[in-house]
Amino acid sequence: MAEVVDVAVAEGSAVVFASRSRLVEGVRAYGLIAAMWLRSTMAYRASFVMTAVGNFAATAFDFVAIMLMFSHVDVLGGYTLPEIALLYGVSGTAFGLADLAMGSMDRLGRRVRDGTLDTLLVRPVPVLAQVAADRFALRRLGRISQGLLVLGYALVTLDIGWTALKVVMVPLMLLSGAAIFAAVFVAGAAFQFFAQDASEVQNSFTYGGNTLLQYPPTIFAKDLVRGVTFVVPLAFVNWLPALYVLGRDYPLGLPDWVAFLPPVVAGLCWVAAGLAWRAGLRAYRSTGS
Amino acid sequence: MRLYAVVAAGGFRRYATYRIATVAGVFTNTVFGFIMAYTYTALWDERPRLGGYDMSQALTYVWLGQALLMTCAMMGGGFEDELMERIRTGDVAVDLYRPIDLQLWWLAGDLGRAAFHLLGRGIMPMLLGSFAFDLALPTSPGIWPAFLVSVALGVVVSFAIRYLVALSAFWLMDGAGAAQIAFLAGMFFSGLLLPLNLFPGLLGEVARALPWSALLQVPADVFLGRHTGWGLVRAYGFQAGWALALLSVGRLLQSAATRRVVVQGG
Repeated sequence: MAEVVDVAVAEGSAVVFASRSRLVEGVRAYGLIAAMWLRSTMAYRASFVMTAVGNFAATAFDFVAIMLMFSHVDVLGGYTLPEIALLYGVSGTAFGLADLAMGSMDRLGRRVRDGTLDTLLVRPVPVLAQVAADRFALRRLGRISQGLLVLGYALVTLDIGWTALKVVMVPLMLLSGAAIFAAVFVAGAAFQFFAQDASEVQNSFTYGGNTLLQYPPTIFAKDLVRGVTFVVPLAFVNWLPALYVLGRDYPLGLPDWVAFLPPVVAGLCWVAAGLAWRAGLRAYRSTGS
Repeated sequence: MRLYAVVAAGGFRRYATYRIATVAGVFTNTVFGFIMAYTYTALWDERPRLGGYDMSQALTYVWLGQALLMTCAMMGGGFEDELMERIRTGDVAVDLYRPIDLQLWWLAGDLGRAAFHLLGRGIMPMLLGSFAFDLALPTSPGIWPAFLVSVALGVVVSFAIRYLVALSAFWLMDGAGAAQIAFLAGMFFSGLLLPLNLFPGLLGEVARALPWSALLQVPADVFLGRHTGWGLVRAYGFQAGWALALLSVGRLLQSAATRRVVVQGG
């Protein structure tokens, strides 16, 4: 009898601490799985170096294309090359960080199709952590270092009147931007519970969003800019905070203080993505294969 | 010949099975088409007639790129992963026993795949793009068949490149490195990011002479009516020349590799 009571008490407190301990547990599990993939990557160091260089080069070609554009023009959409490099560097680095942490999420549809998701469901570890850390790929540092390199070039070349707020803004937008992109990865994966074959839709928002943000908002149609400000709030990754650093006009005539919203927006994105993920997981029916 | 037609039809049907994936792909191509179309608009606003294209030709080039991205497999994809896996596991030995030509077998399947992607993922983004932007569609009806011939030749060149990538697995065991190099070269030198006409100086000359320009730059210029008469024959010659050269190298490597398989005992 005493045992039963003990169990009941333990379960009661487990419910109270469930959300907190689930988070801790998830982060811990993520770390363990990522570390495992890290060891497996490092078993073939030459291969790791080659794929990391390839990852770097794949993203670098985007910027080479922009530089080739600037061999014909001095400004694009009213922006100079160093200014675009700032937008590019912030978006690229933030996206790279999210890709490193969550880039495996787009494999979810395949897992639903081939039934390997079932294996993850029976383990006593949060599914999100397992899916996110699956095949943790350190080669994605290539993308991050490319973004940082372009960002560095921009910061060295640009003549910015630095204030304390502007200095703080740089790391702030990288981290909030990464969190926003990461939320998009999670939301995209949640969508794949319903449309298993449609991982490309996710790519349009992640890779497509990153490409979009690498150019100034002045060159896009107003409706598109509205969409990435108010619907999928990618504009908070770099446009709004970076334009504050550059001292440029914001798109859509937004007020000054929106430049400081990225952390808030990132938090909201995470809540929304978390809800979508739960809804997806709850709706999941195994294929039985 | 009949057999290869059946294989090609199989390649078509295989990709036609993935309907939701096709719709998702159309969505992605359209999103990227829009983003690129706006950047090109900004560029051509600044420098009208850049690279010899006017604004609507430049925008047409963007949407052709999205339409042909999967058809000409500019960034790789299709059969080569599968063939590499068969080489790695040794299953390729079974393929070599079959009374068929290995290269033609995979080519037939890839042509079927390309035909599906042209219809499934080519037409729709182009149509959506033409609603939103002023595109320069061919005025003379003869350009359409001329364009299709050029696309077909582009697909063969693309196949020949990817076949070489796949065969590298015989020597490297893991073809991932070769596939990645082919991905990078295909993305940059096909003119997907920026028309090769805009590449400056020597880089431009080299880029336009490399086989990857047969994947997008040449078919796009045929579509835009920049190759007519003898110019068209020369463009075809360029594509066919690369196709023949690369297919022959593939054939040589294949026979060298086949001997290797026998020596290893499969």
